[in-house]
Amino acid sequence: MSKELKKTTYQIPIGPIHPALKEPVMFKFEIDGEKIVDVDVELGQVHRAIEWTGMRRNSIQIIYLAERICGICSFVHPLAFCRAVENACEIDVPERSDYIRVVHGELERICSHLLWAGVAAHEIGFDSLLFLTWEVREKALDLVEYLTGNRITKAILTIGGVRRDIKKEHHQKIKETMDALKEGYKQLGHIFLDDKTVKMRSQGCGVLSYEDALRLCAVGPTTRASGVKKDVRADQPYTAYGDIGVDYMTPDIITGEVNGDVYDRIIVRLLEVKQSIDLIEKAIDQMPAGDLVSEPKIPKLLSRIKKTKGEGVGRDEAPRGEVIHYVKFDGEHDEPFTWKVRASTYANILPWIPMLKGEQIADIPIVAASIDPCMSCTNRVAVVNNLDNKKYMLNKEHLHELSIMKTRRLKHK
Amino acid sequence: MSAKKTTKKKEKKQDKMLSPEEVVKYFKDEFKTKIKSAEIKRRTTGSKKKEFVNIWIKIDKSIFKDFVKHLCNLTYPHLAVACGNDFGKTIELVYNFSIYYGNNLQEISLNVAVDVPKSKPEIETICDWIPGALITEREKQEMLGIKVIGIPDSRRLFLPEEFPKDLYPWRKDEQTKKGIEKLYKNLHEGVKRK
Repeated sequence: MSKELKKTTYQIPIGPIHPALKEPVMFKFEIDGEKIVDVDVELGQVHRAIEWTGMRRNSIQIIYLAERICGICSFVHPLAFCRAVENACEIDVPERSDYIRVVHGELERICSHLLWAGVAAHEIGFDSLLFLTWEVREKALDLVEYLTGNRITKAILTIGGVRRDIKKEHHQKIKETMDALKEGYKQLGHIFLDDKTVKMRSQGCGVLSYEDALRLCAVGPTTRASGVKKDVRADQPYTAYGDIGVDYMTPDIITGEVNGDVYDRIIVRLLEVKQSIDLIEKAIDQMPAGDLVSEPKIPKLLSRIKKTKGEGVGRDEAPRGEVIHYVKFDGEHDEPFTWKVRASTYANILPWIPMLKGEQIADIPIVAASIDPCMSCTNRVAVVNNLDNKKYMLNKEHLHELSIMKTRRLKHK
Repeated sequence: MSAKKTTKKKEKKQDKMLSPEEVVKYFKDEFKTKIKSAEIKRRTTGSKKKEFVNIWIKIDKSIFKDFVKHLCNLTYPHLAVACGNDFGKTIELVYNFSIYYGNNLQEISLNVAVDVPKSKPEIETICDWIPGALITEREKQEMLGIKVIGIPDSRRLFLPEEFPKDLYPWRKDEQTKKGIEKLYKNLHEGVKRK
């Protein structure tokens, strides 16, 4: 082939750092014109060595460290850790605190899914929807603050139970909030599922097939949108989910078919918001009376953990998918011998590659955001031409602009 | 917009579900003494006391790949993560699988432990059976210094380029402790780039 006819592909690195990023990720895209040919993902820009630090702390201290792994999943990480320790040391949890754990877990899911829905709307340039979504989310956050004293880091968990009760006088406010959320859900569900703008940017975009979801070990709404029935809450009984009963939310409940695209991921998350409201109401109704913790004396608890020789695994369903913590105690030390954390985005990194291949540059923000990766800031983008080594700098704002332009283009077609 | 890609939804082949005891027996029949130990742990939760099952199996390194192949034949597992424990002379790798998910409350958590000697820390890749294992295998390479034979992509994952090549943060020996301490002390002076 002569030199003039040689096909040029470009490399676009996107990422990794922006001050506002929760989870910086570096993408390297191989681009042919507008089309993405290949993707490479680089992690580790904010590896904070949390596991290494945790192996030098005692188990009670780790709860608060685990809470700070993620700003949004500040309940499920300590829950997975507490369950791992409870399994390793065979510590029982009182029934009442099992139900309280469900309430807080589901409140976190509502906050997280609504946060995501707002970000997704912003990525396609639909900012009025962003404000509407976050207005509804604010009500859920107010309830979290009312019940725990904090909006985000709740500090409610301890090994063998929870630290604060949900009392009779709280029920009124919970009921009011749930009614408000149901009202908000109706409105949001209508806009997200029926609006033309959302549909044309999300249908057929960022497809993950059933086989890929299964083989690449995807988790959470990402895998359920591709039709894989996998939800820890329904798969194994933990806390009170076994009593209440949880269904698998797949997009065919609404549309009758599974496409595995961004639109399906929106459906799954919306269905789960509704499901969470249901679960909270059921948990409040069925909550038995009883203790909050099985062992209120912390030194006694710690000495029991210190004497334990064994290992345990705690899994639970975070808003983004399965979270798993593994601990091993050697029977001599306060601190765990090994502590391993696997967050849900860790398992959803590889599915990004089949999703992004074949899409356009303007689709990067919405497809990347569709797994809810704690990552939507795509700053410092440089386009490098392989042949003449010319460099163009693109930033996050420009990429966002491209995305908005695509929405406008499609609208006026 | 790119042409609409459709996914044909195939119903997951319904495998006959074995009880936890039968799962252990299935592997013991095949690998005999190469299964070093197997333990079934049951825990109950909630007010209806529904139980969930953890199976802990320790196997010999020589059958590891066959074991995973055998497991895939039984039912396609979900690999959550591989953890590692440094015991001084050996490193224990624990692969956390879950099987029978998608059937209400029937999931079994299967934890498979393998010992590898620290003098020759090598294990075979399972990416050809479970492509999703790549991330966790790459992490074990850099954090524990395990050499994964046949890994499709052996680059570093989390650690930066300038991090010393022979320092593995999750190991617990003196050499690692000293190495980490040195890095820790120099933290504010900046790590020298090569």
